[in-house]
Amino acid sequence: MATMPASASDLLKSFKLKTKQQELLIRVSILCLVYILAFITRLFSVLRYESMIHEFDPYFNYRTTLYLTENGFYDFWNWFDYESWYPLGRIVGGTLYPGLMVTAVLIYRILRFLRFAVHIREVCVLTAPFFASNTTLVAYFFGKEIWDSGAGLVAAILIAICPGYISRSVAGSYDNEGVAIFALLFTFYVFVKAVNTGSLAWSLASAFGYFYMVSAWGGYVFIINLIPLYVLVLLITGRYSMRLYVAYNCMYILGMLLAMQIRFVGFQHVQSGEHMAVMGVFFLMQVFYFLDWVKHMLSDTKLFQAFLRITVTCAVAVGGIALGLGMVSGYISPWTGRFYSLLDPTYAKDHIPIIASVSEHQPTAWSSFMFDFHILLFLFPAGLYFCFKRLSDATIFIVMYGLTSMYFAGVMVRLILVATPAVCLISAIAVSATVKNLTVLLRSKNKVVQTGSTKGSGGSKSSSKALLDQSQPFQKNGAIALLFGAFYLLSRYATHCTWVTSEAYSSPSIVLAARGAHGNRVIFDDYREAYFWLRQNTPQDAKVMSWWDYGYQITAMGNRTVIVDNNTWNNTHIATVGRAMSSYEDEAIEIIRSLDVDYVLVVFGGVTGYSSDDINKFLWMVRIGGGVFPVIKEPDYLVNGEYRVDKGAAPKMLNCLMYKLCYYRFGEMLTEYGKPPGYDRARGVEIGNKDVKLEHLEEAFTTSNWIVRIYRVKPPNNRWWLNRYKFG
Amino acid sequence: MGKFWVIFVASISILLPFLCNSFSPETPTDRRVLVLLDDFAVKSSHSSYFNSLKLRGFDLDFKLADDPKIALQRYGQYLYDALILFCPSVERFGGSVDVAAIINFVDSGHDLIIAADVNASDLIREVATECGVDFDEDPSAMVIDHTGYAVSETEGDHTLIASDDYIKSDVIIGSKKIEAPVLFQGIGHSLNPVNSLVLKVLSASPSAYSANPLSKLSTPPLLTGSAISLVSVVQARNNARILITGSLSMFSNRFFRSGVQKSGSSTKYEKSGNEQFLTELSKWIFHERGHLKAVNVKHHKVGETDEPALYRINDELEYSVEIYEWSGTSWEPYVTDDVQVQFYMMSPYVLKTLSNDKKGLYSASFKVPDVYGVFQFKVEYQKLGYTSLSLSKQIPVRPYRHNEYERFIPTAYPYYGAAFSTMAGFFIFSFVHLYNK
Repeated sequence: MATMPASASDLLKSFKLKTKQQELLIRVSILCLVYILAFITRLFSVLRYESMIHEFDPYFNYRTTLYLTENGFYDFWNWFDYESWYPLGRIVGGTLYPGLMVTAVLIYRILRFLRFAVHIREVCVLTAPFFASNTTLVAYFFGKEIWDSGAGLVAAILIAICPGYISRSVAGSYDNEGVAIFALLFTFYVFVKAVNTGSLAWSLASAFGYFYMVSAWGGYVFIINLIPLYVLVLLITGRYSMRLYVAYNCMYILGMLLAMQIRFVGFQHVQSGEHMAVMGVFFLMQVFYFLDWVKHMLSDTKLFQAFLRITVTCAVAVGGIALGLGMVSGYISPWTGRFYSLLDPTYAKDHIPIIASVSEHQPTAWSSFMFDFHILLFLFPAGLYFCFKRLSDATIFIVMYGLTSMYFAGVMVRLILVATPAVCLISAIAVSATVKNLTVLLRSKNKVVQTGSTKGSGGSKSSSKALLDQSQPFQKNGAIALLFGAFYLLSRYATHCTWVTSEAYSSPSIVLAARGAHGNRVIFDDYREAYFWLRQNTPQDAKVMSWWDYGYQITAMGNRTVIVDNNTWNNTHIATVGRAMSSYEDEAIEIIRSLDVDYVLVVFGGVTGYSSDDINKFLWMVRIGGGVFPVIKEPDYLVNGEYRVDKGAAPKMLNCLMYKLCYYRFGEMLTEYGKPPGYDRARGVEIGNKDVKLEHLEEAFTTSNWIVRIYRVKPPNNRWWLNRYKFG
Repeated sequence: MGKFWVIFVASISILLPFLCNSFSPETPTDRRVLVLLDDFAVKSSHSSYFNSLKLRGFDLDFKLADDPKIALQRYGQYLYDALILFCPSVERFGGSVDVAAIINFVDSGHDLIIAADVNASDLIREVATECGVDFDEDPSAMVIDHTGYAVSETEGDHTLIASDDYIKSDVIIGSKKIEAPVLFQGIGHSLNPVNSLVLKVLSASPSAYSANPLSKLSTPPLLTGSAISLVSVVQARNNARILITGSLSMFSNRFFRSGVQKSGSSTKYEKSGNEQFLTELSKWIFHERGHLKAVNVKHHKVGETDEPALYRINDELEYSVEIYEWSGTSWEPYVTDDVQVQFYMMSPYVLKTLSNDKKGLYSASFKVPDVYGVFQFKVEYQKLGYTSLSLSKQIPVRPYRHNEYERFIPTAYPYYGAAFSTMAGFFIFSFVHLYNK
């Protein structure tokens, strides 16, 4: 039918129902295509490399998922992992968000039940793309809810390929965010639906959506603060309604009770400062409802005014006193550092170096906004304009979601992810509204010429537009030009998104790729080589010390005990490792022995020019170590405030353990033609200490490109006892 | 075919006692000893000492120190269990032996006796330095003691010292008291202060000093008084034992047999203490005494027998270990009351003295602390003269499972009551509200 528009249009005119059917068909097929597109655009990494888990955190998630499939839910729930955080151990079941693992295992079980013999790794690799596809559906319905189905379709298309979202949901990126964005958007959609309809069922659904979100990601705090903020804004703007009351109260109470079932969250909903806003608004709603009722009962307005004043004063006073008492008694915990650092971007830098040290916690650069959003960055304000023009409960919600998440995206790079759905939706409104207006202009003119009759829905509008047309003669041409412009922009967006996905976001970061001298692709598989070596050549209970970045990978792939890992729950322990790395060897060996370390692993990019290695991360080790142990002072490692590794480097820098381990035997190596031996390609300098001698450690393994170097801790000297203790 | 089988079994049964005789963790006493000499005259002049070793079953292999055929190991296997260096003046060992080879020999758990003398070669000094003692740098220096010398025919020679300042350890020098002083003539050494594995077994008296007896003393001597050690021992971490002395002649037949009278003392002993002292010391060096082993480290929950893979916090557990001492021929139960076990994670959470049943079984029971993590059962037993026992066994301790907490807490009954009464009240209220028109 769609292939024969000329003859079809005649038919369509006589059968109105057919138009709707055709529209439905087009809509459904577009959605299907978008659904598939969202999935396949995330498969670049599988095609380029192989079906494997990426990055750092996903390895932990994969390991726990594996554990869950092998040991069942109750063992997983009570899992005490003694292979990480030696010797403290980690209660894994109580310190993770289990949503992702449970989801993956559920998918795995369903596939198994349907007799698909898949491996759990395949499921894990493809979980994020699968949920990204589902997110496009939610985006469609959400867009439909706040604007119309056209906006919904555009939103689905935009979010399907938006780089800001793809960055965390390519195949292999098996991380909480992969399912959490789906849960987030779903919760918001269902909540807005509940507010719009006042239906208990939708509200209940939003409570369950919230529960899923809580089980999947710590970002649920955003929901639990945005929703009360939204309700507060509605109350202030006088949009209080029974629908809102039902939606909010049901969602809050049930959502809170459900969220408490997650061990990691526990009683935070009633005890933590971050969750107090939602409780305050809950009580405020009751006061509002009560006042409404009193107003209804009292006919005397003056009396009501007096009553209102007393009630509001009392309510605020009681709330304030309760909060104050809770804070003072310690029942309500103060805000955490992460929360503070969101409100004050400089907070982490001054107080919590471990948060500031993570690259994805840095404030966002303008370029990365452009990179991740492309045209959406310009469409976003336009969409806001449209939203403000047609203000409703739903558009207020999306505006607030967009503005707050944009702020957070500016504070932390990784929160671009949270802003992406809002930006896509608002931009979709802009695109949809503009295109619709333009097409209405084009079509109305045709129709005026032909019959003057208009379509049912926008009848009055288009007739008024038709009136306007006569005053602006070039409007039709202008509209055509604008439409072409819009399509050009959108096609650029599609090209950009595909390019970004393929070039920037599809590398697994555990396998590195570089361009060789002849433009060919060179693969550095050093990480896996090293972890494989650890697994095959070290004792089963060997303890490996490395900087925390590699902890998850060592436990998951090397199957060896680590001292610290990416779950940075114990700052002191990490600081101890930082201190060992930044001390002289004979001081470090004391720490190393006290932690029963057998192997020390460092990542070194001087040979390959790999820049995110331990030498470049070293200042953070010094800072984090120095934050707990004041004997480590950052200026000792700097020369005139400058960080360098060449001859002009600080003496402490040249002799600390990290420097020695990275540059051991490097001084005799020729890395680049025409450069002296010991030329560090990552820093572009000749190293300052070429004659590195190790006393207590010995080189055990260095990967083929020197990216990972593993050292064995030597046993103490047989005939010497350099200790205070003495026999007798 | 059957004939060969018989021969094979017969030869094995003949060889078996010899095979079993060799040095092993099961029978730690040394068997094969290589003795390196400057010249074979020493073999006869020190025959009493060598004979006492031979009588105790040692297989002595005498070689000249510069014999080009000497080797400590062949095809990666050590040929000897112990090495005696009675070659103070050797400048270079023959064959493949050098300082590093000797140090490796010790580091792989073998014992060593070094006797230096005046004019000890740099080589011997180097070996001694590696073991943690420093001989007087002046090659012609001797230990001189003008008050603690042994009375002898040659008047005025105070380099022959009679010393009785022994280490107070029955394990090292035997439980029988050494009555007569020990004669010593040779070079003194000092202990390296940073090495605490080296022990002074026989030290010089406070009035001793180390200098060249023939030249006039122009500068104050570097080594004086009790800082001078005459005989030292080292027990390395791997329990290899080393004896170092600056006098080869103290092992000689002449010193063994001669009488001794310490200056200023009226008692004259018929026989010097050398024989008893050095024989007892050689028993310690060759692991006939003071060698402990710990076996059968076990732990389990109270009331169970199987060793669990991990414990839960607040579990009651029992730990046991068997400790035996080598008597030279067999393993005897080691009985003492000072063995302690630690339940250790970065620092000891539990430190408990093990009780023993006099048959070598040491045990203790205690409660796992209320802390989860990866703990270790640690026994660090280091007692003067004994080989050190350092046992550690890793064991994780987990927190409670979700269903191991109490389900109903009595103090919470008001809350349960409140919850259920609210539910009931709400039900009744709804009922009344809905159906009461």
